[in-house]
Amino acid sequence: MERKSEDYHHDHSDENRKKGPPPKIVKKFEIDSIQILDDKGKTHDGATVPAISDESLKQAYEQMKFLRLFDTKAVSLQRQGRMGAYSEFKGQEAIQVGIAMAMKKEDWLFPTYRDSAAIIARGVPPEYLLRYWSGDEEGQNFPEGVNVFPIAIPVASQIPHAVGGAWALKYKGEDAISLVTIGDGGTSKADFYEGMNLAGVFNLPVVCIIQNNQYAISLPREYQTHTATLAQKGLAFGIEAMQVDGNDLLGVYFVLSRAVEKARRGDGPTLIEAITYRLGHHTTATGDEPYRSEAEIERWKHRDPLERLRMFLEQKGIWSQSYESDVDQQVKQRMDEAVRNFESFPKPRPEDMFRYTYSQEPPKLKSQEESLLGRQPEAQAAG
Amino acid sequence: MNKDNMQMNMVQSINNALSIALERDRNVLLLGEDIGAAGGVFRVTAGLQERFGSERVVDTPLEEQGIIGTSIGMAALGLRPVPEIQFDGFSYVTLDQLINHAARLRLRTHGRLECPLVVRIPVGGGIKALEHHSDSPETFYAHVPGLKTVIPSGPYEAKGLLLASLSKDQRDPIVFLEPKRLYRGFKEEVPEGEFEIEIGKANVVQEGSDLSIISYGASIPLVRTSAQNFADRYSIEIVDIRTLSPLDEKTVLDSVRKTGRVLIFYEAPRTLGYGAEVAAIISEKALEYLKAPIVRVTGFDVPMPLAKSESYDIPDVNSISKGIEQVMNYVT
Repeated sequence: MERKSEDYHHDHSDENRKKGPPPKIVKKFEIDSIQILDDKGKTHDGATVPAISDESLKQAYEQMKFLRLFDTKAVSLQRQGRMGAYSEFKGQEAIQVGIAMAMKKEDWLFPTYRDSAAIIARGVPPEYLLRYWSGDEEGQNFPEGVNVFPIAIPVASQIPHAVGGAWALKYKGEDAISLVTIGDGGTSKADFYEGMNLAGVFNLPVVCIIQNNQYAISLPREYQTHTATLAQKGLAFGIEAMQVDGNDLLGVYFVLSRAVEKARRGDGPTLIEAITYRLGHHTTATGDEPYRSEAEIERWKHRDPLERLRMFLEQKGIWSQSYESDVDQQVKQRMDEAVRNFESFPKPRPEDMFRYTYSQEPPKLKSQEESLLGRQPEAQAAG
Repeated sequence: MNKDNMQMNMVQSINNALSIALERDRNVLLLGEDIGAAGGVFRVTAGLQERFGSERVVDTPLEEQGIIGTSIGMAALGLRPVPEIQFDGFSYVTLDQLINHAARLRLRTHGRLECPLVVRIPVGGGIKALEHHSDSPETFYAHVPGLKTVIPSGPYEAKGLLLASLSKDQRDPIVFLEPKRLYRGFKEEVPEGEFEIEIGKANVVQEGSDLSIISYGASIPLVRTSAQNFADRYSIEIVDIRTLSPLDEKTVLDSVRKTGRVLIFYEAPRTLGYGAEVAAIISEKALEYLKAPIVRVTGFDVPMPLAKSESYDIPDVNSISKGIEQVMNYVT
């Protein structure tokens, strides 16, 4: 079942070098990989541990616990027919909470369909996401002042939006940046190359984080691209690039906050590849996964970002069993409230799709709206 | 000649409109390939970078999809980008960004975000250009709900429609198609200052009572010539659609109800072209006024051929004459 990746990453350059004249080396590149917390929640000796207060660490843990519950609950709402198809993020909570921690209120997030966690962590009430995933545009009419772009469903199409957004912020002299996420599959798309290329050329305040969860639906990472890392694609744009352990909240926060502040200073874009694993399904609609083994999933469960942070908190002496029970209680209450709010939303109004297509409804749409509402048959509507 | 008017060709009138837009609104910026230092391959943006700076008239890398996608992000966050796609044939890769994002940003967020960008694309044949440089893609754009599609028929129209597209109260994404045959086709009087031509309003170029010729873009000057050729025989009304989407049905239907005979003329391929929509609307709403079947005179259903054959495909004054005879000589 598991394919060997060595063949795909074989480097022929050394063999070829021996055959020709000694080359002049024009430029050399390296890709750093950052990890602060190891699989057991221990900090590496000598690692720079970001200065995060105990209170903030606990808040992050509580948020991750809530989001894990949200994901589980969203799947079950879909199974019960109370919500539509939903894209699961289980296993990627450290990246998505780290994103929100590194950003300021005025910054803009450009999310994908797997980023419900980051969107909620940025301040969108969870019932909005349930509303969106149930098939109602009003769910993306996010509250004023929460700077989150609508979820991108077409893969990688959000990259140029984030770059253009960063361009607008820079042009207007605002002290804000844009942060965009993408999956491993998205790095094969033209929008990724074209967008990041522009970000490099114009030195724009944008941070791109690749959530490499090892699969693009069914296609394993090593079949997605021939490169040894996804991070090195940033080098093609002249953009600083690195890897980070995406299941290590401290590592993610460390590299992201550095990149965000660099962008804010006007020192340009950064590309970060966060290594993680999708523990849930691609979406609730995709079902069986013959392309990956139970053993593989089990191995990644031992690298669960929540458990890793919990172990770290415990080692710091700020976690206890009673705290855990309190948190479980709190997140359940918060989720119950979100579901109650979600279920109290009215059904979408039929007129909204006509009224929000243009800034002013053209006569043609008025007449079609009237016909849907049964006020006037379309055939008789005035031209 | 009015002393405030100038003789301009369409290159000059669009350049003039863009400079007014850049002058009056600091959030307007132009971006595209070779538009700055080179002034655009058709010289439409000549001198603008020199005058407004490279921050506002931006030479981009060669990436059409990236240019449009980036413009969407800019527009959503408060700017008024005017991206240029160098030629029609290279605009197809931008359809993804326009259809999936620009056109539905407002609906997807229930009005929280909007996308007021104006994409300029030179279109159509007749200048003996290379392959992929002479297409007429207008119906691809006109078919997309949420986009507006505008196509001027001369220098005066181009300036007024472009300034209206970039006005403060115009908040929708607009695809502004510039028939390249008209760029230097002729000059006419154009006011030097600001003026606007309403988006979504067709224009009765010439009134008549026997026949309505419905057309747009580079076809309008040909239709005028044809109407003159037949002036002693038929009273011909000419309707310039101007805004392909949303269509001003009322002006079209009023004309048809008056004349009872219809010829639709344009150079794009025929099947599912703009004439299909116009004919369908007429048959739905004004069938009882028709004295003859609607006639379409269009380009053929072939990919635009290379330069030596383009005149076979692009319908001309003779094609219109045949169409006029056909619709006028029809007897039940």
